Amino acid sequence: MSETLARSGLRVRTPAVYGWAAAALVLVVLPFYLDRFWLQAGLFAMAAAIGAIGINLLTGATGQLSMGHAFFLAVGAYGYCLFAGDGTDGLAGLGLPGWLAAVLAVALSGLAGGVFSPIAGRLRGAYLGIATLALIFIGQHVLFNAHDLTGGYNGRAVPPLSLFGLTFDDTELLVAQVPFGAVEKLWYLGLVLLLGGVVFARGVLRGRPGRAMNAIRDHRIAAGVMGIPVARYRAAVFVLSSMYAGLAGVLLALVFQRTVPEYFGMALSLEYLAMIVIGGLGSVAGAVAGGVFVSLLPQFLNRYSEALPLVSAPGTGGIAPGEASRYLYGAAVVAVVLFLPGGLARLAARRPGRPKNPTPDTPPSTTPTPPDTSSTEPSGEPR
Amino acid sequence: MSTFAEFLINGISLGSIYALIALGFVVIFRATEVVNFAHASLLLAGGYVTAVLHDEIGFWPALLAGIAGAAVVGAAVEFFVMRRHRGGDHSVLAIVTIGVDILLATELTRRIGTDILALGDPWGDAVVTVGPVTIAETRIAALLAAALLITAFLVAFRYTSWGVAMRAAAENQETAALMGIRLGRVSLGAWAVAGGLAAVAALFLTVFPTPGLERGTSLAALKAFPAAILGGLDSTTGALVGGLLVGVTESLATGYQSDLAFLGRGIGDLAPYLVMVAVLLIRPAGLFGTKELARV
Repeated sequence: MSETLARSGLRVRTPAVYGWAAAALVLVVLPFYLDRFWLQAGLFAMAAAIGAIGINLLTGATGQLSMGHAFFLAVGAYGYCLFAGDGTDGLAGLGLPGWLAAVLAVALSGLAGGVFSPIAGRLRGAYLGIATLALIFIGQHVLFNAHDLTGGYNGRAVPPLSLFGLTFDDTELLVAQVPFGAVEKLWYLGLVLLLGGVVFARGVLRGRPGRAMNAIRDHRIAAGVMGIPVARYRAAVFVLSSMYAGLAGVLLALVFQRTVPEYFGMALSLEYLAMIVIGGLGSVAGAVAGGVFVSLLPQFLNRYSEALPLVSAPGTGGIAPGEASRYLYGAAVVAVVLFLPGGLARLAARRPGRPKNPTPDTPPSTTPTPPDTSSTEPSGEPR
Repeated sequence: MSTFAEFLINGISLGSIYALIALGFVVIFRATEVVNFAHASLLLAGGYVTAVLHDEIGFWPALLAGIAGAAVVGAAVEFFVMRRHRGGDHSVLAIVTIGVDILLATELTRRIGTDILALGDPWGDAVVTVGPVTIAETRIAALLAAALLITAFLVAFRYTSWGVAMRAAAENQETAALMGIRLGRVSLGAWAVAGGLAAVAALFLTVFPTPGLERGTSLAALKAFPAAILGGLDSTTGALVGGLLVGVTESLATGYQSDLAFLGRGIGDLAPYLVMVAVLLIRPAGLFGTKELARV
């Protein structure tokens, strides 16, 4: 949303700045007013948004389908536990300070993405999608079986993060007469991380690497001819996307305060794909919007299940809130692709008189449009 | 030695089921260049129809109804969703099938709940003993049915006008359309055939020794994805070989699980994916897939 507003020049800049300032202010004061449930939901949304930015860099901007995002979230979450755990619960732990553990966990996710690069750099489209599906199953297998590292089926407790002497746990801290527990403190950490993630991803997308990524997505061969090292870029984007996922995993672990292997299954990967399609492929703002939508929807339905028609509390035979939200975002994915290509980001960017643009982040001049002949079709399998 | 033979035969039988699923997957890919991630849900739909109906109308009519049901679901997905977006970006279309999959899977798992549904097959837990080797009748039936269906499919693919239309569309969509082939009908047919094959596979994935149709059945069906990929997505031969390879590996890894204990429990379920990754490392286009060549 913001990039299109900013790009269109000074005319809209001033109102946009006011709008962003107001939104930022609201986000900053929210912990003083919201209860724990909504703050936790908001933190899930932030973590989801960070992860969604990562997968959007890969799938949306570079056109590399990944179904293995949940694996890298798991690497981040468990990596943090491993580095920060002090070993008192019988599980392996290095006892490092929390901030270092978080950084190392993100690096570990990137490393895991890098190890996969012989495949990530060479495959594309459906091949890569299904190859990354393998990561989910391998990940689940390891999580359930490597008891010393992961605690097996029951998962392991997440040690709280402490930063500059401030510990993000439930010891209450009174700020302006409002007791601050773990979620209130983490809220600000989440905001900072999300902001950093957004700024960095936008920098990547708007700079030279972003142009190269979009070129690879739109026409791989032309990109190669223009001197873009395609395989290296693919592998690098995969690593970057994994690091975003790892960061999201760390944040999720801190919010959950316990990591369980079941959570990091295939459904989670599909959720992330749903997020970026609903939000808008290839756009950072879209990833954030989609992440917030998909992760807040079940919480919302859960909270208001008795007030909504057709939705009933879990276990009563009707449609449970979790199922209802899956129906909704499943339908949203189909509907967005059919009726609103470009997703929510496009909806926000749509203004009268503006020519149609394949993605909000791609000015038409970046890549030459390939002639529409089947012999040079960009993503078709040669026959 | 006899246990090895049992594992091998069971693996081949299981593999032929995977091959059935993978074949449908490949047919859709060839006809429309869309990767159908909703395939496991099609399978679950077919199995569910059979499971619900077999008490009232008997097993064989219920199986036919299941096949028809899955074919209709497949055709409906094509007609109402994919057709509206033909010619779109293929990876976006793949994500649409993921959306469809979320919808179908949610509905079916909600209906199935925590139940384990029997499909009422006539074989039960009977076994056949040949010398030292004991094989469940269901495994033999699976192998025969899969062999029959695959042969019938390949013959139809080669000799009927439907098959010719399908192959022409796979070769070059525009030329095929100019030659008077209705691409819409071809892709509708592909989805319906894939659904029907998946419904048969659903039957054999849920009979003895597996307990029955449950929400986890779609996870078993997912193993056909690595089968299709390691064979090469655009190759029917690849689907068959990939299916067999995955089935045999899984059966052996499960059978010799106690010897592989250092790899953790349930390594058999992981084996298909490990084989796929290994194959893709050496041959990125799969064993029989067309190597990527492009004219610029």
